[in-house]
Amino acid sequence: MGLIQLGGHDKDGSPDVITLTVEKAVNWARKGSLWPMTFGLACCAIEMIAAVSSRYDMDRYGAGVFRASPRQSDLMIVAGTVCRRMAPVIRKIYDQMPEPKYVIAMGSCATSGNIYDSYSVVQGVDRFVPVDIYVPGCPPTPEALFDGILKLQERIMQKRVFLSQPKEVKDALKV
Amino acid sequence: MSQLAQRIEDTFPGACTKVVEWRGDLAVTVKPETLHDVAKFLRDDPALRFDYIVHVSSVDWPDDEDRFEVVYEVYSIRTRQRIRLKTRVPESDCIVDSLTDVWKGADFMEREVYDMMGIRFRNHPDLRRILMPDEYDEGYPLRKDFPLRGKGWRDTFEFLDEPTR
Repeated sequence: MGLIQLGGHDKDGSPDVITLTVEKAVNWARKGSLWPMTFGLACCAIEMIAAVSSRYDMDRYGAGVFRASPRQSDLMIVAGTVCRRMAPVIRKIYDQMPEPKYVIAMGSCATSGNIYDSYSVVQGVDRFVPVDIYVPGCPPTPEALFDGILKLQERIMQKRVFLSQPKEVKDALKV
Repeated sequence: MSQLAQRIEDTFPGACTKVVEWRGDLAVTVKPETLHDVAKFLRDDPALRFDYIVHVSSVDWPDDEDRFEVVYEVYSIRTRQRIRLKTRVPESDCIVDSLTDVWKGADFMEREVYDMMGIRFRNHPDLRRILMPDEYDEGYPLRKDFPLRGKGWRDTFEFLDEPTR
């Protein structure tokens, strides 16, 4: 990122043009406007709610607009114990989200099943959806969730936006 | 023996196989064939009026001859009494009379007992699994001989093979 001074601003002479790669600009826009989906499954959801509400205010990181529909959101925070019967629902919702999409596994249960090594609890949500960030804790504090979101934003900044697609994909797109 | 247990014993001679009163909690074990009549009596008797079913659960005693135990916990809102009705059935014939026609609220709780322990209920209006999926056929998860980590169901995600929607 660099600055180009074109004469300077009228009042204080500060530069009025910023140069950066388009990729960086796209990533910056994406990371500053994460729309999470409300996906509370258990007690972790309470901490997630606390993270959004006034005391912690997740909107400071641009991730405060919780949507009730997967079609309007790009971040799924899986907060809570995932039972086997819930697994296809989570997968379906993940598939319905538009690209680019990210997943945070919040809490020990979503990460690894926690102590619930039983016949019905899935041992980690990463068994059926790709997870970007794991937030440990039982339940994680709002600060821990923020840390996860900040880490996710760092990750988004490193993504490649303009990639040459493989030949099969290109052919498939040419209908 | 408490007054209440005595009344049941007087009305249905030989029905009670075991009466336990511990710290004010009365638990009466009755024979499975008399369970329905006892329940009806508890509900309809004007001095008792047990009108609220609190809970239905089941216990697995793997070493006993009558392996399964069904536990009904009922409460009388008018006389403020509680009683725990129990009945024992063997594994070879684990079927109990449903109390859904006595207390409507027993419906879902009996379904849960069926789902988790595999005890069937005679004359139940809709005896299907309630927590596990309908097509689940690997047994009953709360039985003692069911492995703690299940039989692989939690590790199979058949939807992963389907094309992305």
